[in-house]
Amino acid sequence: MARSAQPVSSLPGVAAALLVAALILGTLTAVALRAESGHGFSFSDWTALKFTLTQAVLSAVISVGLAVPVARALARRRFKGRSLLIALLGAPFILPVIVAILGLLQVFGRSGWISDVLVYFGASPIRIYGLHGVVLAHVFFNLPLATRLILQGWQEVPSERFRLAAQLGCDGWSLFRLIELPMLKRILPGALAVIFAICLTSFAVALTLGGGPRATTIELAIYQAFTYDFDLGRAALLSALQLALTAAAAFAALKLSRGEGFGAGLDRAIQRWDGGTPILDSFWIILAATFLLLPLSAVVLSGVAGLFALPFLVIKSALISVGVASASTIILLLLALPMAAAVAVRRHSTVELAGILGLAASPLVIGTGLFIIIRPWANPTDLALPVTALVNAAMALPFALRILVPAAKDTVSRHGRLALSLNMEGWVFFTRVFIPRMRPQIGFAAGLAAALSMGDLGVIALFADPEIATLPLQIYRLMGAYKMEAAAGGALLLLVLSMSLFWLLDRGGRWHAEA
Amino acid sequence: MKHLLIAAGLLTATSAMAAEKPELTVYTYDSFVSDWGPGPKVEEAFEAICECDLNLVGVEDGAALLSRLRLEGNNTDADVALGLDTNLIETAKKTGLFAPHAVEAKYTLPVDWADETFVPYDWGYFAFVHKKGASVPSSFRELAESDTKILIQDPRSSTPGLGLLLWVKSAYGDEAADIWAGLSDNIVTVTKGWSEAYGLFLDGEADMVLSYTTSPAYHLIAEEDDSKATAAFDEGHYMQVEVAAKLAGTDQPELADKFLNFMVSDAFQSIIPTTNWMYPAVTPASGLPAGFETLQTPEKALLLAPEDAVAARREALPEWLEALSQ
Repeated sequence: MARSAQPVSSLPGVAAALLVAALILGTLTAVALRAESGHGFSFSDWTALKFTLTQAVLSAVISVGLAVPVARALARRRFKGRSLLIALLGAPFILPVIVAILGLLQVFGRSGWISDVLVYFGASPIRIYGLHGVVLAHVFFNLPLATRLILQGWQEVPSERFRLAAQLGCDGWSLFRLIELPMLKRILPGALAVIFAICLTSFAVALTLGGGPRATTIELAIYQAFTYDFDLGRAALLSALQLALTAAAAFAALKLSRGEGFGAGLDRAIQRWDGGTPILDSFWIILAATFLLLPLSAVVLSGVAGLFALPFLVIKSALISVGVASASTIILLLLALPMAAAVAVRRHSTVELAGILGLAASPLVIGTGLFIIIRPWANPTDLALPVTALVNAAMALPFALRILVPAAKDTVSRHGRLALSLNMEGWVFFTRVFIPRMRPQIGFAAGLAAALSMGDLGVIALFADPEIATLPLQIYRLMGAYKMEAAAGGALLLLVLSMSLFWLLDRGGRWHAEA
Repeated sequence: MKHLLIAAGLLTATSAMAAEKPELTVYTYDSFVSDWGPGPKVEEAFEAICECDLNLVGVEDGAALLSRLRLEGNNTDADVALGLDTNLIETAKKTGLFAPHAVEAKYTLPVDWADETFVPYDWGYFAFVHKKGASVPSSFRELAESDTKILIQDPRSSTPGLGLLLWVKSAYGDEAADIWAGLSDNIVTVTKGWSEAYGLFLDGEADMVLSYTTSPAYHLIAEEDDSKATAAFDEGHYMQVEVAAKLAGTDQPELADKFLNFMVSDAFQSIIPTTNWMYPAVTPASGLPAGFETLQTPEKALLLAPEDAVAARREALPEWLEALSQ
């Protein structure tokens, strides 16, 4: 069967996908092979599975459901500080979990701001612990991501479409039905699947806000299998189950999100003529901003005092974290760009699936697996930082692919044939057309990867060397030594650094006047 | 890169001498090695007498530390493991990874100590920390009947959480399940580890948090804040005794013995109270730091023998899970 010519080869992408799959499945196999005993599935594992699925479905549906009106409002409105607001809205996603939880509790907790107001008026304080607390925290973490993914969908609609719609007098419902609904159908399944998978592996949130053993997730069951029972077999089994669930969700999402894009446009800045209702849009923007920014303000307020008394060691670990985040971002781009190109030219859903596996993999299993594999050759502690950068890149890969793939498909379909007729192929197409046209998505993906890596406390805990702690690990150590004020200061520093990295990279990628 | 550094180092006389020094590797938990923990001071004091290089490696907490050693098996770099507690001893011994010690010391523990493998280095009583002035229950029963809100840790992922499970089990035996059923509406949430729970408590999320009777000493001595106290429970208080042992496969057996002996000496023991915020296993000649006399001293110390702790956990964990899953 003759294949139609393509402007870029899919081979590097397939190789990158194989590498990622080898990292995730190889480490899982290493853990399984090392297992001494196994008890198989217990009743409490089934309870954990049930709770995990319930909270992940609820969290994904609510996050995406809220993100649609918010993203629509942001896509339609231009106001002062809009791009700053969009950057700030990204913050919850990249905060270390315990910091974000403490921030949320200062707003929604038993002695939080809202409860204080309620108690003042004679009502009882709100109860945040339980399933609803877990879902609240997950929406806080994932609403920004969902909003950004959906907003990107809106921005990928060529401005000519809106121009034509305005000329034809399409407004309101018909505009929604003709332009926005098909776009949402293409974007939403992916967004749902990503958030479902993120919440599937929830660990600290579920445990802290869940209220008790009712809220055990699979990831916690894996942790327990490791620490107290040292039952590697059960850990591997649970991890495989988690992978299978995510792969199923991802596969369903990939099937559902088929559908063509909107074709080529001239990249004019999008202008909107459909009025919509400014009051309703403002309502959604203000609601989302309040929900996301109040807990962040709480983090800032409690951190300011500690920020000026930070020990040098915290500064040092901040520098280490920036280094790891930079390395992780470079690794990510080296993996994700060829993979996105491969998906765009050959519709390799297996390549996409390999990328999504990173979401479901338990950092604990990957870390332990790498430990088992590295140990005969070298001292794992010496490799703590490179391993952390690599694993963080694999963890950020699913997000990067969700951001890059739609744009990559559009770029190839818009410019592929012309490029081929000009004999522009391979590396030339990749560097002259592919990368420049995807700058905004590359910037966003790189920013996200850098920020996620900054906040990560997964593998480093297993490999840690006392001399080279990353900032999140240092924050935990401060808390363990009762230095709560310094920990809050460290958390604020982490927030500022993550935001700055994200903003720099994301900003650097944008070429439209508007974001 | 590393090889270059080593090669460059060999050219200078001082590094050449450093390279001849034997190295003792001690695995411990994270907070021990942090700059605010005992680690840096212990390293300085031991290196002053041992003519060796002390390498402290931090691995999360005590339970994770044991898992790490089991993962590495006989192939481990560790010469000494420091940071298990009595509840982990039985499991640790079954691995066959540890060797007997020859340490003799006059322990000031509230219980008799005669273990041929594990040497205790500090201890403390579990207790609920609260803000002074609050009305405080004086037993688990009273706590269960009150509206007092508490924060606890998960016994499946933390040593204090496991300590609480065994505390209730050793105090109430077969009635432990009923106590947990009564406590379930007092529990605000169950956290993975100590840090999360203590952070939530300081943020005002509950009236009391499971910690140690020595926790108020930190606030008093390091922060000059005397607003925290611990609740005295009539049943007695369960203890945590933290221990260390020599690995059977060590290539530095003499140094490891030297370290274990050093660990029960004044030099080490006087570092513990204000860095690890626990009681020293052998009270140093200089006594306890000022402020420790204000701490609550439980009338009765509870502690299950290592082999009983494993059996008690096996029985108590399902009870706990069931009571809190309702």
